[in-house]
Amino acid sequence: MTKTKIATKGLDWSYAPAPESADHFQLKGQYGLFIGGKFFPASSGKRFPTINPATEKILAHVAEAGAKDVDQAVRAARVAYEKVWRKMPGRERGKYLYRIARILQERARELAVVESMDGGKPIRESRDVDIPLAAAHFFYHAGWADKLGYAFPGKMVQPLGVVGQIIPWNFPLLMVAWKVAPALACGNTVVLKPAETTPLTALLFAEICQEAGLPDGVFNCITGAGATGAALVNHAGLDKVAFTGSTDVGKAIQKSLAGRSTKLTLELGGKAANIIFEDAAIDQAVEGIINGIFFNQGHVCCAGSRLLVQESVEKEVVAKLKARMAHLIVGDPLDKNTDIGAINSKGQRDRIRDYLKFGQEEGAELFQTSCSIPQKGYFIRPSFFTKVAQSHRIVQEEIFGPVLAIQSFRTLDEALEKANNTPYGLSGGVWTDKGAKIFKVTRGIKAGVIWANTFNKFDPSSPFGGYKESGYGREGGRHGLRAYLECL
Amino acid sequence: MSSSLAVSTKLNLQAHPVDEVGIRERVARLATRSIKKASKVEGLKLALSMVDLTTLEGADTPGKVRQLCTKAIHLHSGRKDLPMVAAVCVYPTMVRIARETLQGTPIQVAAVATAFPSGMNPLAVKLADTRYAVGEGAHEIDMVISRGDFLRGEYQRVADEISQVKEACGKAHLKVILETGELGTLDRVRLASDLAMQAGADFIKTSTGKIQPAATPEVVLVMLQAIDDYYRKTGKRIGMKPAGGIANAKAALNLLIMVREILGPAWLTPDLFRIGASKLPNDMLMQLEKERTGVYQGLDYFSND
Amino acid sequence: MSRSRSKNKGARLDVRKTYKMLMGGAFVRSESGRALDVEGPGGKWLGYVCRASRKDFRNAVVAARKAVAGWSNTTAYLKGQILYRAAEMLEGRASGFREVLQSTGLSSAVAQAEVSAATDLLVYYAGWSDKFLQIFGSVNPVSSPHFNFSVTEPMGVVAYVAGEKRPLLDLVAGLAPIVVGGNAVITLSTGRAAVAAMELGEVLATADFPPGVINLLCGLREELVGQMATHMDVNALVTQAGDSKETAMCRQACALNLKRFFPRESISKGDEDPYRILDTMEIKTTWHPVGG
Repeated sequence: MTKTKIATKGLDWSYAPAPESADHFQLKGQYGLFIGGKFFPASSGKRFPTINPATEKILAHVAEAGAKDVDQAVRAARVAYEKVWRKMPGRERGKYLYRIARILQERARELAVVESMDGGKPIRESRDVDIPLAAAHFFYHAGWADKLGYAFPGKMVQPLGVVGQIIPWNFPLLMVAWKVAPALACGNTVVLKPAETTPLTALLFAEICQEAGLPDGVFNCITGAGATGAALVNHAGLDKVAFTGSTDVGKAIQKSLAGRSTKLTLELGGKAANIIFEDAAIDQAVEGIINGIFFNQGHVCCAGSRLLVQESVEKEVVAKLKARMAHLIVGDPLDKNTDIGAINSKGQRDRIRDYLKFGQEEGAELFQTSCSIPQKGYFIRPSFFTKVAQSHRIVQEEIFGPVLAIQSFRTLDEALEKANNTPYGLSGGVWTDKGAKIFKVTRGIKAGVIWANTFNKFDPSSPFGGYKESGYGREGGRHGLRAYLECL
Repeated sequence: MSSSLAVSTKLNLQAHPVDEVGIRERVARLATRSIKKASKVEGLKLALSMVDLTTLEGADTPGKVRQLCTKAIHLHSGRKDLPMVAAVCVYPTMVRIARETLQGTPIQVAAVATAFPSGMNPLAVKLADTRYAVGEGAHEIDMVISRGDFLRGEYQRVADEISQVKEACGKAHLKVILETGELGTLDRVRLASDLAMQAGADFIKTSTGKIQPAATPEVVLVMLQAIDDYYRKTGKRIGMKPAGGIANAKAALNLLIMVREILGPAWLTPDLFRIGASKLPNDMLMQLEKERTGVYQGLDYFSND
Repeated sequence: MSRSRSKNKGARLDVRKTYKMLMGGAFVRSESGRALDVEGPGGKWLGYVCRASRKDFRNAVVAARKAVAGWSNTTAYLKGQILYRAAEMLEGRASGFREVLQSTGLSSAVAQAEVSAATDLLVYYAGWSDKFLQIFGSVNPVSSPHFNFSVTEPMGVVAYVAGEKRPLLDLVAGLAPIVVGGNAVITLSTGRAAVAAMELGEVLATADFPPGVINLLCGLREELVGQMATHMDVNALVTQAGDSKETAMCRQACALNLKRFFPRESISKGDEDPYRILDTMEIKTTWHPVGG
């Protein structure tokens, strides 16, 4: 082309820090247990710190509930159930849940910042996904409270009673919403134990219950670690237990509940296959891989942690994946441009590092981006393994980090075989432009949630849960109500 | 109606499905990038240097064009650190006056041609239109594809027209306008992009700016991905120009984010990326002033030419 | 009837309210320029409301038709949020509404109960927005290798004629299930219910409904029902408390464009009923092969 000036080189343009401000609220130095509508220290006086995994600094101290505190909480929930909550008409129960939903919207920014500080996830995720979805879960379930008679044709329904709930650290407030909203909508009362590394938004949620005027004891929050969880599960006063976490702990809970009539639902681990066919919209499929495994640092039970790519497009997909990964920013969770935040804890970071080592020892080839990562805090660069075999640990076991295992396949049947060759069955993904193929594959994958030409999409009206060792029971939607009701 | 086509393209068009929902999600996520402080100033100046300042009205006169060219050279008094825009874009009969006014500056003169905006004239007329504009001194030609032919599946014909126009351009560089607002689907936008690049486009451009929708972020993303694939296959870097509907500085910065994250820094130059706009520079100038002074600006303080 | 209202107490004159109809997101007078007297108990004169003409109804249909595409594509979640917001707005004006209802002859207790019930009914239907498809839709186990599913779809523009017995509640009970499904509605309120309807317009206008989704007319039933029943761009007609002559007329007139017609009794059996949502929904079934 004709130019009167010299052709200019492209600008090496980079993004300046864009920190979200954390100065419009203040965390307390310490938080108590929330029992019967009030906050108390643990009866033993014990406390433990919760730290910010990006800075390694202590955010606050929370109480450590012992067996005595657990007992107090369950009793408070029982009193609230018998005296207030089971008698209240569904329409009025629903109104409390609407109030909670509204306050979650009002305090959205504060909750998002605290969530990122406590757990390590990027502010963009907590702001745009976690908090809005949590509010949506309360809005959705609020509407069911006075309509339960329509949920299960031919069945009269009633609540179960007092429910014990244990939730993980990967979506702290969202998991509160997934558990508490349906439980309360169905007329149960709750004792909830948040994960020990991410208690803060659950405690802020307790404050929100106070602000909403929720009757005392309907929601109780006891903080603590494994021992507290065990004390809760073993408490004879529970009518039901709901647990989300690792498969190993889920199995242990089922064993401890043997011989009791306590109902149980489990939402456990996964090792989902994300299947890309040659006739997929490849660029969008690559983005789907990113969403599947690097979103939330890979701390997602339904993560697409295995890529099954049709061999005819393997080279193209891997090349595009590398190029796409180069633009992922790993860094301060409170920076609005961060794509991948901090790993939730030192322990988890070390576990992921172990898998990176195993993978290489087993003969797989590791690729990691060369982005900068902060000096302090727990961070891992997004990674993938090629040259993997189905039998490798990195293909069979859940890593729970931003690490992808890539395998190829030739035919649809082979893809299904590989996808199903796992004790897990939580989720799966299929990418193809052909509609009939989508339905054939979704019919063939043995998993509870299947995403076609998308990934990691959640909605309060959409049931979620696993097959096989990924657990049982569903959360969300009409189906999710079943776990919290006695159907007569 | 093509009689003897001296120049023809060997087309190798392949289906490349585009998922619209996936595209919308990617666009939305890219738009959450937060550009602050130094990177904002840098980005705004870069975007200014990429503007094709445009006037394409039936009522254009030499006076109007002269005014536009003056603004192109001298965007704002009181700041010495501003770049000039990349080019001025006018109808063929205004090329000469633009060249005269811009004499001695590096600002290019782009002319729309080929019966812009509709393209509904015989090829001979479109070629004559092109040769006239080039003869008047246009450095760049922005042509329109025959959308009717494209929608009917006459891909070879559409491609051959492009290669003929490219030949008529001589040394002038060619931007091919797809008029994405008339193509209907993102799959077709992708197909038209591939076709245009294979047929000899130096730049692919979204729209004439005369209809809505024009340069939506979704369409821009699809075109950038097409350019990326073409580069991987052939090693050739084709430029991209969104035009029409880029309303403000934030939209311009979002475009740069997309270019950077889809194509990479190599494309962040006016040689490979242009923004077709008429009122946009003032909004960018207001943002730059706000960054410099810390206070929000008003249009009264920026020249309205 | 003497058109003089009660005298002001004290030196300050109050600013009297003019009642206009909510149409296409704006408050308008009847294009006919005609008005109706509003009477309180004992024939006391309260003021004027519009006397909607057939052209007003025609204009309302145009506004509603314009709004349908956008409203039916609004997510169920957002529709629920908007209806809930309408409840928030109504709750905030509870005492004002009580006064309005009392002025048209309801006792204080009945007025109170009606305002609370209307607010709760908006909350009730808000809560159905993202659920009724889970009850009324289905995936159907056909015998061929096809994925077959049935979904509900709003009919489009629906006209609703409200009864007068419960001035506020009859109107809310009719329009809430119609709009939550994604339809746009034009309602007619008559007699002593007209003022409550006009006040409700102000509540709904501040609840984030897109313009044209809800259009509230007031006027004379006998003048307008026939227009509603014969209009070729209305997809469904719901009437409440119509006598047998009116119902027969409607059924016949609706045959012109096969308008779906639902006459309802004067006192409803139960306002809380998701099947009222289903009344103004179509069912669409789609087949798709399952295979390689």
